[in-house]
Amino acid sequence: MELRARIPSGPLADKWDRHRFEMKLVNPANKRRYTVLVVGSGLAGASAAASLAELGYQVACFCFQDSPRRAHSIAAQGGINAAKNYQNDGDSIWRLFYDTIKGGDFRAREANVYRLAQISVDIIDQCVAQGVPFAREYSGYLANRSFGGAQVSRTFYARGQTGQQLLLGAYQALCKEIARGTVVMHSRTEMLDLILVDGRCRGIVTRNLVTGEVLAHVADAVVLATGGYGNIFYLSTNARGSNVTATYRAWKRGAAFGNPCFTQIHPTCIPVSGDYQSKLTLMSESLRNDGRVWVPRRAGDHRAPHDIPEADRDYYLERKYPSFGNLSPRDIASRAAKEVCDEGRGVGPGGRGVYLDFADAIGRVGRDTIAERYGNLFEMYQRITDEDPYHAPMRIYPAVHYTMGGLWVDYNLMSTVPGLHVLGEANFSDHGANRLGASALMQGLADGYFIIPVTIGDYLAATRLEKITTDHPEVRGAMEGVNRRTRRLLSIAGTRTVDSFHRELGSLMWDKCGMARTAGGLAEALRRIPEIRAEFWENVTVPGSDAHLNQALEKANRVADYLEFAELMCRDALHREESCGGHFREEHQTPDGEARRDDDRFAYVAAWEYAGDGAEPVLHREPLAFENVQLAQRSYK
Amino acid sequence: MPFGRFWGSTIGKKVVMAVTGIVLVGYILAHVTANLLIFAGPSAIDAYAAKLRTLPILLWGVRVVLLASVVLHVVAATQLAVRVRAARPTSYRRFEPQTSSAPSRTMRWGGVALLLFLVYHILHFTTGQAHPDFVHLAPYHNVTTAFRVWWVAAIYIAAMIALAMHLYHGTWSMFQTLGIEHPRVNVARRRLATIIAVLVPLGFVSVPIAVVFGLLR
Amino acid sequence: MTTIHLKLLVWRQPGPHVAGRFVRYDAPDLSPDMSFLEMLDVVNERLTAQGEEPIAFDHDCREGICGSCGLVINGVAHGPMRGTATCQLHLRSFRSGQEIVVEPWRAKAFPVVRDLIVDRGALDRIITAGGYISTRTGGVPDANAVLVPKDDADAAMDAAACIGCGACVAACPNASASLFAAAKIAHLGLMPQGQPERPKRVLRMVTQMDMEGFGNCTNIGECEEACPKLISIDVIARMNRDFLRASMFGGEERAEVGGEA
Ligand SMILES: Cc1cc2nc3c(=O)[nH]c(=O)nc-3n(C[C@H](O)[C@H](O)[C@H](O)COP(=O)(O)OP(=O)(O)OC[C@H]3O[C@@H](n4cnc5c(N)ncnc54)[C@H](O)[C@@H]3O)c2cc1C
Ligand code: HEM
Ligand code: HEM
Ligand code: SF4
Ligand code: F3S
Ligand code: FES
Repeated sequence: MELRARIPSGPLADKWDRHRFEMKLVNPANKRRYTVLVVGSGLAGASAAASLAELGYQVACFCFQDSPRRAHSIAAQGGINAAKNYQNDGDSIWRLFYDTIKGGDFRAREANVYRLAQISVDIIDQCVAQGVPFAREYSGYLANRSFGGAQVSRTFYARGQTGQQLLLGAYQALCKEIARGTVVMHSRTEMLDLILVDGRCRGIVTRNLVTGEVLAHVADAVVLATGGYGNIFYLSTNARGSNVTATYRAWKRGAAFGNPCFTQIHPTCIPVSGDYQSKLTLMSESLRNDGRVWVPRRAGDHRAPHDIPEADRDYYLERKYPSFGNLSPRDIASRAAKEVCDEGRGVGPGGRGVYLDFADAIGRVGRDTIAERYGNLFEMYQRITDEDPYHAPMRIYPAVHYTMGGLWVDYNLMSTVPGLHVLGEANFSDHGANRLGASALMQGLADGYFIIPVTIGDYLAATRLEKITTDHPEVRGAMEGVNRRTRRLLSIAGTRTVDSFHRELGSLMWDKCGMARTAGGLAEALRRIPEIRAEFWENVTVPGSDAHLNQALEKANRVADYLEFAELMCRDALHREESCGGHFREEHQTPDGEARRDDDRFAYVAAWEYAGDGAEPVLHREPLAFENVQLAQRSYK
Repeated sequence: MPFGRFWGSTIGKKVVMAVTGIVLVGYILAHVTANLLIFAGPSAIDAYAAKLRTLPILLWGVRVVLLASVVLHVVAATQLAVRVRAARPTSYRRFEPQTSSAPSRTMRWGGVALLLFLVYHILHFTTGQAHPDFVHLAPYHNVTTAFRVWWVAAIYIAAMIALAMHLYHGTWSMFQTLGIEHPRVNVARRRLATIIAVLVPLGFVSVPIAVVFGLLR
Repeated sequence: MTTIHLKLLVWRQPGPHVAGRFVRYDAPDLSPDMSFLEMLDVVNERLTAQGEEPIAFDHDCREGICGSCGLVINGVAHGPMRGTATCQLHLRSFRSGQEIVVEPWRAKAFPVVRDLIVDRGALDRIITAGGYISTRTGGVPDANAVLVPKDDADAAMDAAACIGCGACVAACPNASASLFAAAKIAHLGLMPQGQPERPKRVLRMVTQMDMEGFGNCTNIGECEEACPKLISIDVIARMNRDFLRASMFGGEERAEVGGEA
């Protein structure tokens, strides 16, 4: 396998323009002869499907929810970055580029990130034109807020529901194309395999989740925008349905997987309350604009927060990182929380929590202003915990939130399988080893609205594709594979539920491949995972049949993939003998506990190639060249 | 937009109901005011009835508009009710309204009651078939003799309760249907509906009650 | 710790064309901090371990934003807590020993798919009929070129907060989708960008809503109370007003032709 990143030559700022000029175009009249399958209807998928259809391609779009509007992107709260510099506070495309590269701990491609920063400004224009009700000033101009990892105010937001509003914008654009007949939407339809013909991606195999019907869809190109795999940890802030199945099966068909171990742990989530817990709820990072994070100075101080005087409180983020303070990047804030809890200073049940206190902010700007800014988040918190954050500080704890890793793609967002493009959280690009807040929405929309519509044309115009039908032997083979696996899952009839396996895998991964990782722990995980997997295939029970809606079967399919993919994550984490961003190897830290990168050995993207069942995956390295930024130890002090 | 399409839509039908509702409410306001003349003695109201007969254009104009309104109102209500019946083929085992008023949920039965009342009422006081001792152009006599029979008074009083409920929701709903909504008028429209729903039926029932208690004879 | 014991009466229906019925389940040893859906997870785990098919219900985000979840709990859409989607309802809202009837949304336009899952495709089709602004990607003015008064933006956001759950339909005695449709019409109608298509949008969306077989609105107001985002029925008045205006003053030619978008 060869990793060709296809980064255009020339100065950073001109690359995208030049590339757009150099790419081949598909004649407008020919576009409707091409069929493109878009798997996923989140920000990346919906925006791609709508934009491709506008250009004239025939598009089919897939999602497993009952409506494309329910994709996980809907849950994003805080906002979306753009280098508009509307605040005149010194922002620029270059600064957004630099912040993102630095925030990613220098493990992302310069050219991609620069392009992302360039496009960011167009995204806001586009969304406003669609009617997205962004927050406004009294003047009628757009409002901004600050977000972690940046010292400028460049985040656009719609209350605490930015992802919802952006997704509804994209969904409405999608509906507009569905109405025109240029997009056919397949909801409650899950992709279970990729179809390759002559080494090119030519379609997908899906299961209709209502009828159980397995179908093949053939096309000229496929776009995966299937989101992240944070749910491998069982507990995460992701929607329950988010999964790795689409990208994992593409991996098994030959698409390289980039940096699978790079996961983001978000610092501000509501702590776990019991073992029945099914998901963790994020409290937007924007809360850190006004909330102060603290724990008691002494371990074992069980006084109520009100009874702990200032002198006995440790505002540890402000203390350790005076210049960024409570707005330190996510990986740093998360690890700091883990550290104080490991020291026994955590608060709440189980001692796994820290305070996020709004008392000062309420004193400064008043309760109404705070309610205006975060009202819905406060309500959400109260609903879940039965505690009123206007009066007592919130309790928060880090939780798995985002996966920077994903299928490896070149500058055109094409994977190592020709014709298979990957967008949004599903690809590995842009965020390096840590994603800054409010930049996933930006990336998903950049990929979908502005990049793929151009780059896919280059592939289609340059490629001669034979007509194929669903009778093709490769198609039949892929369908048979899917059916076989379904039958097998249904026939085991063991005694343990799918969820029990998922929980077991999740807690193993959280312990060994979570916020802090060690060689020993990862090795142990690599020993345990095959054992859990073996038991799964012997002892899982999946009631019901495959001829109707069967949620147990859906879950079993996904968990089976997690049980294989977990190994790839641990292997990647084990091989990366450095700490960077969300990947913290305890062996590699500075004396004061900060991550120690090793740029000499690890300034590359790890792209793993599938080598067959039971065989060790093959590691390919895409070296990262930093020509425009100085590699520096990340400091937020 | 052609009227057919407008009438074919649910909102179009509702608008027709609201507009005809305005006509009916307007008529009722006039009617209740006129009825109160009865307390001024037989001559006043009988003269009023006679006076009306000297203005046939007005009288028949009003009658035509009223009849058309009732027909449209009832046809729209019936068609929509049929539609609603079909919209929920399986009903809930348990259904607990959280906020709505009983009047709002009983508009259809209330409407049917009012329609039955109207038929009876016209046969009773306008054409006389349902009145044992009907005297043309002598409303004072007709009314007072009628309500001396306790169950006739009871029918009227019951009908006025139905009317109160229908007006309580209907008058407010009319604004909503016609899109007359603004933070500044929202309080006023609720208040107006409540006032109409209380005063109009009170005005009407004052007559049978006065007869029953012997204040009018 | 105190635990809660619930007696569930759950609608089970194997498929769209098969008759359904209520089945009793005993659910002891629950934590009051559990969410309602977590309680169903626990019941399902127990059922699955006994080889029975779990109760099917829709859910995804479990934080009240995706609009997937939705159950009628003891006769109330999304359960007893105001402004709360089913997934955010916690057992502390219930008494131990209480009997709880769990039913799917019931409406002709929402056929049952299985157990507590219904098909809400009708809502997507209402949006597809015109619930958008027909921009193309690219070629739009700078985001600050058109100013939007803050009050309008806020009011638009209030309406745009709709999560498309369908509780308004479930709670409406008429099974009307007016609140859902009106929320989108209000959102787009309040933004300057939404003005050009405003008449066409309302005509098309209302027509689609009627075609889907929803009941009409008689301004009962249960929808607003059930709505997890507490969207006000003022938006329905707005929709009616827009509809009336569009019917009288145009928009119809384009709406009749259709499909040119
Ligand atoms: C709680 C929370 C808050 C967040 N807040 C922010 C924020 O404020 N700012 C920010 O920038 N980012 C935020 N993020 C991150 C951001 O929301 C996501 O990274 C981003 O939305 C991912 O978009 P996507 O389009 O790539 O994928 P998704 O939105 O996850 O969409 C995936 C799509 O793929 C479909 N799919 C998946 N697998 C299959 C399959 N096998 N077959 C068929 N379809 C499939 C799904 O149905 C879905 O439509 C947040 C994330 C979370 C969890
Ligand atoms: C005679 C006096 C009547 C008056 C003054 C009257 C008035 C009204 C008014 C003002 C409305 C509100 C319309 C709206 O919501 O916009 C209304 C609604 C209604 N009326 Fe009547 N009505 C009368 C008779 C009837 C009759 C005879 C029927 C019977 C069949 C009826 C059935 C209804 C129904 C079902 C509604 C609710 C419609 C809705 O809100 O969608 N009404 N009425
Ligand atoms: C206690 C209550 C009422 C009394 C005493 C009463 C009395 C009368 C009388 C005496 C007449 C005949 C007038 C005449 O022929 O000159 C009449 C006519 C009529 N009333 Fe009433 N009425 C009452 C309530 C109502 C209500 C509630 C309605 C409507 C919902 C109504 C609608 C009518 C109509 C439509 C006519 C016929 C008018 C016409 O001849 O064109 N009345 N009423
Ligand atoms: S209006 Fe409210 S109840 Fe109706 S779909 Fe939207 S969010 Fe749900
Ligand atoms: S409850 Fe139903 S009647 Fe109208 S106001 Fe709401 S849709
Ligand atoms: S599961 Fe998403 S709103 Fe309830």
